[in-house]
This record gives sequence, structure tokens and C-alpha cells, in this order.
Amino acid sequence: MSYTVLLFGVTKDIIGSSVYCPNDEFYTVGHLREHLYQSFPLLQKLNSLMIAVNMNYAEDHIMLSSTDEIALIPPVSGG
Amino acid sequence: MGDNKLMNTLIQLVESIEVANVASLVNKPEYGGINVFVGTVRNHTKGKKVEKLFFECYAPMALLEMEKIAERAKEEFDIKEVAIHHVVGEKQPGEVVVVIAVAAFHRKAAFAACEFVIDTLKETVPIWKKEYFEDGSVWVAAHP
Repeated sequence: MSYTVLLFGVTKDIIGSSVYCPNDEFYTVGHLREHLYQSFPLLQKLNSLMIAVNMNYAEDHIMLSSTDEIALIPPVSGG
Repeated sequence: MGDNKLMNTLIQLVESIEVANVASLVNKPEYGGINVFVGTVRNHTKGKKVEKLFFECYAPMALLEMEKIAERAKEEFDIKEVAIHHVVGEKQPGEVVVVIAVAAFHRKAAFAACEFVIDTLKETVPIWKKEYFEDGSVWVAAHP
């Protein structure tokens, strides 16, 4: 099972790409979050980091499947 | 989610905005007032001169979140229609970046709903703004 994680704003700068494809398998949003924090410690310094699954804000207990559209949502600043 | 075609006109991500066009989308003879909020590029932030802004978005989710806000506004306030247009790409000081138009029978609800929409948009819609200064650039609100 593999995932494609869409990156936006400052997360694109931190990870250095507009998508991130981890090799590991994650059961939940929380597992993915832990992996990201360990692989890219600068993500921990953000004011917030939400994870969207299929274009909805997802809490850490939400299960992931490889067909999900996953995106990192750093602090938004529209308007 | 209501009439999708209509919604698509009312809720948009665009390269540039004509304020009057957004207001006219919600103008019907039975309504008594339209409240319009226009957000523009400020040429300074915390005492520093801002040269330009760049707006990036997660377009499909941004549209969904804007639609949710419009629906919530119609549920929670005594209003009839909401239009939200937001720009993407590069913008210069003074240029329009967001326009919200709310139509209602009476003005008080339109004022209140308009404020609710812009406040909520700033909290939930996946749009990011980068400020460019003489000596560098920064993603707004990213860091403490």
C-alpha cells in the first residue's frame, strides 16, 4: 500500500516537493502525522498542521486507505 | 448541496475579481439589501513594506469549504444568497483578493452574515498567502 500526500504552502518548502510519497504503511492519520513529524522535524514548528482526507479535515483516528486523497494543510491564510 | 450550477457561479476561485460582478450575482428585486466585503492587498505588515502577495490554494477542497460556509451562513442568518470569489496567483498592493456578497431582505442579517463568512473563510478554507518583502518572503501565519 502506498500513499500520495499533496503538499501546500510552507509544507512544500519544508519537504521540498509538491507531493510526498512515503514508503511506509500507515493505518491512521495519526500514524502518518507521527511519520511526517519524525521525517521532517520542521513540520513540528508550524502553528498547526491539519491533514485532509478526501478533501475533509481528518482527525488522527481516521483510517487511511491507499485510494484516499491525502493533503497536508498548514495554517491557512486566505482572505 | 443545492443547485450545483448556481453554486459554481456563486463560489469561485479566479485570477481577478470585478466587485460589481460579484454583487450582481446575488441581486434580485425581492431582496432589500446586499452587503459586500472587499478584501485587498495591504502594502505593509508589522511595519514592513509588502511588495506583493502570492496566493496558493488546494482548489477542489477550497471550493468545497467555501460552499460549506455559504450553506452555513444561509442556515444561521436570515439571508437569501451568498457569493464568494477569491483570487489565486500573484497580487499587487491595492488589488482585490476576495469579495463576499450577501443578499437579504433586511440589512442587519446581511452585515452579520458577511462578517461570519469572511471570519470563517480565514479559518477553514485551504488558501495560503505568501508575503514578499524587500529582503525575502514568508508564508503568512505558518509560524508562531
